[in-house]
Amino acid sequence: MAEEAEVGCARPTGGPVGEEQVETQEQQQVQPREERSMVMVGQKAPDFVAPGYQKGKFVNVKLSDYLGKWVVLCFYPGDFTFV
Amino acid sequence: MSIDSMFVHKMWDDNELSKMVDGGVPFPMLSDAGGKVGKIFGVFDETAGVEARGRFLIDPDGVIQGFEVLTPPVGRNVSETIRQIQAFQLIRETKGAEATPSGWKPGKKTLKPGPELVGNVWKEWNTSMAFD
Repeated sequence: MAEEAEVGCARPTGGPVGEEQVETQEQQQVQPREERSMVMVGQKAPDFVAPGYQKGKFVNVKLSDYLGKWVVLCFYPGDFTFV
Repeated sequence: MSIDSMFVHKMWDDNELSKMVDGGVPFPMLSDAGGKVGKIFGVFDETAGVEARGRFLIDPDGVIQGFEVLTPPVGRNVSETIRQIQAFQLIRETKGAEATPSGWKPGKKTLKPGPELVGNVWKEWNTSMAFD
């Protein structure tokens, strides 16, 4: 039966049910832990292309096309999240 | 930018945002399925599979001048974002000859860094100027 869930501003996600798979030592050696990286102020923003929606049209946007302008790039958890 | 598809962006704009902003969102709403872009900017939450509320200011040379990252329940302050852009634009115009002290906004006093200013900021600026 489905339970009613509380709704917050974090986008809800699910995942597999059951015991978490324990990585064997061998697997850990094969897959070195991914380093979390963060961009730095004063450094070039990494260029990217992304599909999007703008005023009734689907568009492709490349960050470097905006060279010469100030850009505010915003990330957010998901459409319809409240704030 | 979020992990939502451009189709969901359209539905959100059509059904909700256009009721808050005349004509809908004017700028591109970008899709980052899989969080690849969010990952290189350091805002992709691998556990939740979504992006944090990150905001990056990128100057005309493509250089990141500032960023702010918040957890989901707290919204941004757009006035503060605009104030920061105005400050960075002033720095750029003066080629670094002027600096904007805490609480600066357009019309308020800037500082001119140099040998004479060392140890003398107190003559030019006081803590009440940090506030509106």
